[in-house]
Amino acid sequence: MRSWLKRKVKKEAVVLLCAILLGLVAGAVFMEITGSSALTGYKFLLRGSLMSVERIGNTLATATPLIFTGLSVAFAFKTGLFNIGAAGQMLFGGFCATALGLSLNLPKPVLLPLMILVALVGGALWATLPGLLKARYNVHEVVSTIMLNWVAYWVVYYTVPAYFKGSFETESRYLPSEASLRMDALTQFFSGSYINLGLVLAILAVLIMAFILKKTTLGFELKAVGFNRYAAEYAGINANRCIIVSMMIAGALAGLGGMTLYCGYATSIQIGVLPTQGIDGIATALLGANSPWGVLGAALFFGMLYSGKGFMNAMTSIPPEIADTIIATIIYFAATSVLIEKGLDKIKRRFSRGGI
Amino acid sequence: MWTMIQQISPYAVAYTIPLLITALGGLYSERSGVVNIGLEGLMVVGSFAGALSISMLQPTLHGQALWIGLFFAAVCGALFSLLHAFASISLSADQVISGTAINMIASALTVFIARNLTGSGNIIIEGFTRFDVPVLSDIPVVGKLLFINTYATTWLVLAILAVSYVVLYKTVFGLRLRACGEHPHAADSAGINVYLMRYIAVIISGAFSGLGGAIILVTYSGEFSGTVFGLGFLALAALIFGQWKPLGILGATVFFGFASTIANVSQATPLFASIPGVLLKIFPYVVTLLVLVLFSRTSEAPRASGEPFSHGKR
Repeated sequence: MRSWLKRKVKKEAVVLLCAILLGLVAGAVFMEITGSSALTGYKFLLRGSLMSVERIGNTLATATPLIFTGLSVAFAFKTGLFNIGAAGQMLFGGFCATALGLSLNLPKPVLLPLMILVALVGGALWATLPGLLKARYNVHEVVSTIMLNWVAYWVVYYTVPAYFKGSFETESRYLPSEASLRMDALTQFFSGSYINLGLVLAILAVLIMAFILKKTTLGFELKAVGFNRYAAEYAGINANRCIIVSMMIAGALAGLGGMTLYCGYATSIQIGVLPTQGIDGIATALLGANSPWGVLGAALFFGMLYSGKGFMNAMTSIPPEIADTIIATIIYFAATSVLIEKGLDKIKRRFSRGGI
Repeated sequence: MWTMIQQISPYAVAYTIPLLITALGGLYSERSGVVNIGLEGLMVVGSFAGALSISMLQPTLHGQALWIGLFFAAVCGALFSLLHAFASISLSADQVISGTAINMIASALTVFIARNLTGSGNIIIEGFTRFDVPVLSDIPVVGKLLFINTYATTWLVLAILAVSYVVLYKTVFGLRLRACGEHPHAADSAGINVYLMRYIAVIISGAFSGLGGAIILVTYSGEFSGTVFGLGFLALAALIFGQWKPLGILGATVFFGFASTIANVSQATPLFASIPGVLLKIFPYVVTLLVLVLFSRTSEAPRASGEPFSHGKR
């Protein structure tokens, strides 16, 4: 049993690595077609994300919200739910934290935990409703979470200018340093990058999620519902409760991710944009095979692509959207992994027939 | 009140039409048993293909360029949807994941190409002009409401709606397509090629969504900017709101069209100026959620929607 499981995990990893490779090859093809050198492109992409301590810090900071949304999507996936609304949960959780940070005047060690708490609650609230609708009324979570994305979008769109207007019409006031996840020591160590405490929170979240899924009854129940809802119910698991709890935790993760974006990576909240990390979280979860550690790795990889693309764009004529294109292609190859599996099997068979 | 409805009606209709055609595309796909969450991305592809071809043809062809652009958009949408069809039908991949990948590829790749061409990533074109339908616009009440300030594309889409109704409910093809979405194995044992039917349905959904994206471009937007502002997802919601039926979809999209237009013009109309803008903006989404709850008991979703089909599995 155990060796079978191990082989399966190994195979999955090989397939996903193949998907990454194919995605990078596709990216190279797109660069070459549009008349740029792929080799130079990738060189500058890498240098842009890892060239200096500051850039490494920025890469980690870019990856931080992705870790959260990736975990959020992956966690809901484990219960068989597709959380396409991480963007809205992020936006609302981040908005709650920003609003609190701008309203209260407290010392940092008191204020930050409070902000984390409201970010968790705000995000959880935004996802519990779809969970409830799914459990009670069988409303598909894909539609309900998308609807709530837009509700969050408009709530923030109207509330921020009305109560927290900054120097521009489209963003809030800047958060004071007491309400920011950035820490002087950390910023200085990474010579002025965006890196912040959010990364520590993200790694903690990875650890906690891995613990919940592997070692607790709750995690077992959630996964059981994900495998087969009716079998789980037959075994005495309250599937409806599991669906709601799973969405609640997923939302809380996304909400905290929103806080790391608006109160760590950035210093204010913008209106009129749904954070792209919501959809990218789906990509992160898929590439991470829905395991917490896989999500961490995938988020770091995507963080590299995203933080290097600006530098690449400045040094070459390649548009920054190449990073998004590569990620999207990787996801398509991950979705069609059956094809890769078949290809791998064929190669394996050919080698074994060779009599080695 | 009545004059206000008359005033906003042309705008509401303009907003409704792209939603309607995209939701109709989704209808074909879901009725055949394939969930197509990639409608949004397919719209973006249509918008891009339309903008590109129209901006190239407009200097020489003027009027016809727009129609050629619309046709080209539908073709590109259809071709792009093959990616989804291949993954979800031939490889039995998770349809929601494949659709998400379609959305991501579409929005990234189109902007990538557009930036290579124009630098800014936006493509601006000159769209259709509105016109009054002769004779019909003189009819009292209805004429003022429906036949004034219309776009030619509106009539095209309404014609497609009528044809779709007939095709889905009155032809052998429609019956077979719906059978594939309800009980693919029964359809299979009756000699219907489920794979082929599903491929056709997904390609139709791609063509319609591409057309929808291009219609946004040639009517009220006039520019490709790499996004269709979530209309593809809204079309998906309209499809469920309309309970997977052509006329239900028409009702749902008209509701979305009017609700969004009222929210957009609320400041200019005394009737709605007193209501906070945020309530008007979230109204369509909240109503959709409520309707989904209300219909949950009597949902008429195609029974095999989202389920991969394979010959051998029983």
